[in-house]
Amino acid sequence: MIQTLRLALRNIGRNKRRSIFSSLAMGLALALLLLMASVIKGEYGDAIDLAIRLQSGHLQVRAATYDESKTSLQWKDLIENPDQIANQLASLGPVAVATPRLYASGFVTTRNESAGVRVVGVDPLSEANAPYRDGIREGQFLTPDDREGLLLGWSLARRLGLSAGDQVSLSVNTSDGSVDQQEFTIRGVYSTGTSGFDNLVVLLPLAKAQAITGAENRSSAIFVLLKDTSQTDAVIAALQAPGLQVLTWRDLNVLLVETEQLASSYMVFFYLIVLGIAATVIVNTQIMSVYERTREIGILSAIGMHARSLMAIFLAESGLLAIGGIVLGLAIGGAVVAYFTRYGLPLNVENFGITGMLLREHIYTQLTVQDTLRLTLMTLIVTLLAGLYPAVLAARMEPVAALRAEK
Amino acid sequence: MEVVKIESVTRTYMVGKVETHALRGVTLSIEPGEFTALVGPSGSGKTTLLQLIGCLDQPTSGHVLLNGQDVSRLNRNQRADMRRSTIGFVFQFFALIPTLTAYENIELPLLLVSKPPAERRERVQKLLDSVGLADRADHRPDQLSGGEQQRVAVARALASGPSLILADEPTANLDTANGEQVMATMTRLNKETGVTFVFATHDPRVVKFARRVITLQDGLVVNHNAQAKKG
Repeated sequence: MIQTLRLALRNIGRNKRRSIFSSLAMGLALALLLLMASVIKGEYGDAIDLAIRLQSGHLQVRAATYDESKTSLQWKDLIENPDQIANQLASLGPVAVATPRLYASGFVTTRNESAGVRVVGVDPLSEANAPYRDGIREGQFLTPDDREGLLLGWSLARRLGLSAGDQVSLSVNTSDGSVDQQEFTIRGVYSTGTSGFDNLVVLLPLAKAQAITGAENRSSAIFVLLKDTSQTDAVIAALQAPGLQVLTWRDLNVLLVETEQLASSYMVFFYLIVLGIAATVIVNTQIMSVYERTREIGILSAIGMHARSLMAIFLAESGLLAIGGIVLGLAIGGAVVAYFTRYGLPLNVENFGITGMLLREHIYTQLTVQDTLRLTLMTLIVTLLAGLYPAVLAARMEPVAALRAEK
Repeated sequence: MEVVKIESVTRTYMVGKVETHALRGVTLSIEPGEFTALVGPSGSGKTTLLQLIGCLDQPTSGHVLLNGQDVSRLNRNQRADMRRSTIGFVFQFFALIPTLTAYENIELPLLLVSKPPAERRERVQKLLDSVGLADRADHRPDQLSGGEQQRVAVARALASGPSLILADEPTANLDTANGEQVMATMTRLNKETGVTFVFATHDPRVVKFARRVITLQDGLVVNHNAQAKKG
């Protein structure tokens, strides 16, 4: 084994430039795969994180009859005494935050323009509002007793030419099926870094949202964030009550979860195509090597080397080229991924055309150890498979024919 | 028992659609310790006969026996084993592995038979001494002269302790002085070790070293007389 590796190492050292370029081809392929995997992971990881923090929470408790697609405000579809349930939930160990939220649809009107919005009534004191509170770019956050103020997303404010302190008219659907309209002052403009969300969601203090929609002391859902997601099932078990349903973030982000699974599946084929293209360089290099060394193959056969040992030498050479490629790929890919993990990959989300998925304006790549190992192993296997044909070619050479070859 | 026994061996090749009879029914035997030359013009069948004796090829008909064992129908791996254990080769071209030093080239057959490192070191050193290249052990083939390379090849052929060395035109690419030196080395090793040497040549300066000359013509043995030999 050691002798085989020693021979293989010296053989690939014969034509250093060719070996370096062959390894570089595999290295660039691996670097590309690492970047792609980290972009996918970063994109979906971030989208799921945003969806949980901004929209779904880890869990939501709703009335069993609540229909999210209709944003129903009928009393039968809402939770009565939501504060009481939220307090009960908050007392559970794994629960970090539990807060009532009321969802309604409406539209904001200025003198010149109007825009459809999703109105979310939030308890301004809840820690669950951290993404909005921390993202205030103009003005200030809401207070519980504010009856005339609202928060607008940065993208929506820009689109409508509004800023903190401006007046807007907000029309909202109500529990009795009518529409109520009131003038509000923009208390603040928030940014979550997610244009799609900021363009759509208007925040009101929960009490004001309940008042304007006629929901009274009711909410659409209890928004729950967990300290420890592994305790999800235990929390769900503790939450079972008649007339209520508990939905997990997976239930609430089905499209996102399925899209991520689909992306992970089809990317494997894409990875194999990229590696397959790069592997042709290895095949080409090794075939050239077999033909250049035909007489040597004859000599080794003549002194009694078995076909399988000849094959092992050429496979070891492919393996060494693969290791060289992996080292280069990890170095190049690691550096590129590290850059985009820190500075992000710019993404023009507004023109991206993705609906139902929250995306930041930058994708911050995430490279996991699991992905790195998986792709490294895939590169090694594809390179060895690519080296199989030249190795078999060498092993099948008849000694007499090989010895006759021109040097 | 004969080291080599050949019985009615033929070897026919297809060159395109044309049958070429390289050997047409050769019968001969070679005794242990012989120093034998196969001579004859180009195309007479010398190299083909060496390849059959060396288990590099198989006869179309007839039998080739090495040390009493019929090797005519061995499979590929069995022939490789036979070459490894019984036969050493010296080729016309300087058949060394260019990435290995003289020492490592000689060591190669010993690695194939898994000799322990200490035994390998001792054996290689002894062989380097015997071909007068102890001081060139760490040189690669491109740092050696043609004569030195061929002497390394002779040492490598002897490394695994074979009973038969086959040399195909071993001096063809050497000048007279180096050719003489290689032949002298082979002659001396034949005497010292008792290993049988069979070499193909058409160079009369080389033939004079042989104690027996087998002449081939058109794929047939036309003469296999022993000749009185010097030294």
